[in-house]
Amino acid sequence: MIHDAAFSDPARERRIFAGRLFLTALVITVMAVVVVFRYVDLQINRHQNFATHSDNNRLHVRPAAPSRGLIYDRNGELLADNRPTYNLTIVRERSKSLDELLATISDLIEISDEDINRFTKRLKRRKPYEQTPLKFNLTEQERGVLAVNGFRLDGAEITARLTRFYPNRELFAHVIGYVGRINERESQSIDSIAYSGTDSIGKIGIEKYYEEQLLGKVGSEHVETNARGRVMRILESVGPAPGDSLTMFLDSRLQKVAYDAFEDERGALVAIDVKTGGILSIVSAPSYDPNLFVSGISQKNYSQLINSPDRPMFDRAIRGQYPPGSTIKPLFGLIGLHNNTITMDYTINDPGYFFMEGIERPWRDHNSKRGGHGRGVDLAEAIIESCDVYFYKMSVKTGIDLLSSYSELFGLGNITGIDLPGERPGIMPSRDWKQGAKQEAWFNGDTINVSIGQGFMLATPLQLAVMSARIASRGKMVTPQLVHSINGVSKVSEVTTTDLEINSEYWDYVHKAMRDVVHSTKGTAKGISRGLDYEIAGKTGTAQVISIGAEEEYDSSKIDKSKWDHALFVAFAPVDDPQIAIGLIVENGEHGSSAAAPIARQVIDAYMKSRPEKDSLLLASDSATQQGGR
Amino acid sequence: MYRDDFVRRMQSPGGDRRTGRSMHLDIPLLLILAALCLSGLFVLYSASGQSLYLVKRQAVFMLFGFIAMITVAQFPVRFWERWAILFYLIGLFSLVAVIFFGVGAKGAQRWLDLGVTRFQPSELMKVVVPMTISAFLGKRYIPPSLQHIFVSLVLILLPVLLIVNQPDLGTAILVFASGFFVLFLAGLRKRYLVSAFLLAMAAIPSLWVFVMRDYQKQRVLTLLSPEDDKLGAGWNIIQSTTAIGSGGLTGKGWMQGTQSQLNFLPESHTDFIIAVLAEEFGLIGVLYLCALYFIFVGRCMLIALNSQSQFGRLIAGSLSLTFFIYIFVNMSMVSGILPVVGVPLPLISYGGTSIVALFLGFGILMAISTEPKRIRMEL
Repeated sequence: MIHDAAFSDPARERRIFAGRLFLTALVITVMAVVVVFRYVDLQINRHQNFATHSDNNRLHVRPAAPSRGLIYDRNGELLADNRPTYNLTIVRERSKSLDELLATISDLIEISDEDINRFTKRLKRRKPYEQTPLKFNLTEQERGVLAVNGFRLDGAEITARLTRFYPNRELFAHVIGYVGRINERESQSIDSIAYSGTDSIGKIGIEKYYEEQLLGKVGSEHVETNARGRVMRILESVGPAPGDSLTMFLDSRLQKVAYDAFEDERGALVAIDVKTGGILSIVSAPSYDPNLFVSGISQKNYSQLINSPDRPMFDRAIRGQYPPGSTIKPLFGLIGLHNNTITMDYTINDPGYFFMEGIERPWRDHNSKRGGHGRGVDLAEAIIESCDVYFYKMSVKTGIDLLSSYSELFGLGNITGIDLPGERPGIMPSRDWKQGAKQEAWFNGDTINVSIGQGFMLATPLQLAVMSARIASRGKMVTPQLVHSINGVSKVSEVTTTDLEINSEYWDYVHKAMRDVVHSTKGTAKGISRGLDYEIAGKTGTAQVISIGAEEEYDSSKIDKSKWDHALFVAFAPVDDPQIAIGLIVENGEHGSSAAAPIARQVIDAYMKSRPEKDSLLLASDSATQQGGR
Repeated sequence: MYRDDFVRRMQSPGGDRRTGRSMHLDIPLLLILAALCLSGLFVLYSASGQSLYLVKRQAVFMLFGFIAMITVAQFPVRFWERWAILFYLIGLFSLVAVIFFGVGAKGAQRWLDLGVTRFQPSELMKVVVPMTISAFLGKRYIPPSLQHIFVSLVLILLPVLLIVNQPDLGTAILVFASGFFVLFLAGLRKRYLVSAFLLAMAAIPSLWVFVMRDYQKQRVLTLLSPEDDKLGAGWNIIQSTTAIGSGGLTGKGWMQGTQSQLNFLPESHTDFIIAVLAEEFGLIGVLYLCALYFIFVGRCMLIALNSQSQFGRLIAGSLSLTFFIYIFVNMSMVSGILPVVGVPLPLISYGGTSIVALFLGFGILMAISTEPKRIRMEL
């Protein structure tokens, strides 16, 4: 044996070792128990917590964007569509060499440095398996080139997305409005769940007013993701429900006629279906292309729109407040007759001016040569020839209180309740109004100014159209409506209104006077009567932009066009059975007769021509029902 | 005849194990080993994301391990006692070679490239260091004298420092422990034990300041409050405890563990594989594995107790303890009661060198277990 072994004591060695091993066995048993208890604690006592945590880890809910409801006109023509736009995207982990890929793509289609810069910025924030957009809105040609060369573009993909598209471009910009990217302010007020799959929202017009209906219902996909966030599988999915489709009362052919009729003029026109209150056409000119806003308008385009002196973004039809001028004369006449402050036989003498007791300054008659309309001017003549002095006199007899309260029944001074956001109320002056707005008492002079639609009085073209429709319908409370049906179901108006009770004699009288505005040889709008095979009732109006002194003569050749008078016209047709009522203004158009009335004639002509197809709405709502699921 | 029968009976205390004995194999150890390896491959298939490639490689390593184990077992125990110092020198030389020719990953240089395969000398030292200390102390008086303790410590610390330098703190601690266990089992006096303990306590601050790298410190800090850094260093612990806890009693089923299959669990097929097992097979799976390990360690300790020589006792005892420490450290770090150190779960975690090194140790255990009984009376 080895040298030490001679002295070794195997029994002692064994005994000591056994003792140590026993000690060790004890210690490791304790240690083992500790570890096992740790696992028991985690897996039994705290199992529920960890199971939840584990599910939260892997389960995510991914929104599925609904497609926005479509908007049709009364004939089923699309006013707002969803169109696929094509973007070129890159999935980094699938390309062999990113630089090479970008170089190849730049050889095929035009890629600007800006595109590349934005792409590189985005790339940093995305995960390698995610799509990073390189170029938006590919043209058909670009798509073709890329598709043909697809075999050498590993990692590049063309992805389609639905984007709002307005096929009529500027024609319906103000009324339909547009959608745009949800901004920060909006994102705070919207329901973040409902919008989780959507990045745009109705900004103005119908798109905004009916946002809730158009949006649709977001779908959801419960997906399982791995630690890097990549979707491994879809566990459960609830498909999105498309937004409701809207069918408008609008007629796009009429709309086009009306818009084109304005040519280069600024102005607005509203045409109402007298029977239903449905808006047939609502135009504010000039307009703009709403498609510019859908995926974010460029700064250049935006400042161009904002800085244009013609203010194309301004919706004159519902937000433009103008003095209605003489267009309110038939209404005031009617009020006078109804309240017996004048009679159909009441006549005045018009020397061309009007003096009121205690006031030195005369009120001029704007619509006559020096000398006035002469003797024996009754209400009909005052309407037909637009005699101011008659209304100066009758207004003093009637008083502002009656004029004001009855005018409101005809839609003036209050919002009409059209289904559009941002409508302005205009002003129908009254004692209370003046006290509130000016802290001044009402003077008779104020009444005289109001009597010819001037002074404090303001109305929107929509209000004029409503007034005209209520006159045309002999006092029915026609309420303007844009949307006819939602998903093919007619919108039921919640407001029940009581119609005005006015003696039919007076209606006949005023209708005849308005007819004669167009059809009699003395009528201010006789110019549009040529070739008419039906009858139009109307009233011209002129609204002063600058005040002219009593002795001064208004001479357009001496002043800038932006200071010229506004031309107004209200009308309805046909006289025997009114169908369509119109209110319109041509800014700085000078005379209602020459600038505004011809536009109304064109629109009414177009309407009368397309009357055989009047039942198209019924057909349109049927097709909307069928296409609602689109 | 009488003598033959007597010898045979002495050699087979538990019954007839002639076959195993003649091949120098310890049948119980072999069976548990086989069970562990098969369970390991089973879990690995799921933990590696159904990678048949990794499973095959692991199986090949295990096959190599078995061959190495059987080969080692054929040599008499005295052979290993005699040549221990040579293996020690070879190991030490390899560790030095790693400094100059080593290849590595993640900032640590641990491997030697042998052309055919890469191997990690530090893993081998887990067997070689206790073997050397056992050989050294086996021939000396017990309890070991101060002088012998000093020599043993030098022999332990030389490779340990080289391994710390790689840096591989986990392996270094295990190598140190495997050497120290020999000293302990050899009957290191209690006063030395107490002073060693006090010394270790005193050394921790300087270890913290001078030896430990930032990432190692981070791991300790992370253990104390993993929630502080949910996506950084705390991620591993949060995800592994989540995996374990969400497994519950019966688990989510093989290959159904969401934490591991969806890559929330880091290192799921290597150091953190126990979390996969715990998630997919629940506490039942964990207890099954623990039972196998416990029986295995118990068998090893029994072999140590029955060993004929002091060398055999010491090396067998140290190897069983080291094996237990492996399991303990790994299961503790994955379940968040110890800081994350790179210690694989023996026989279950994927990794070639670690498996081969383990099997070499088991080979020595088998050699000891089948050592012919020396009959003292004959002397």
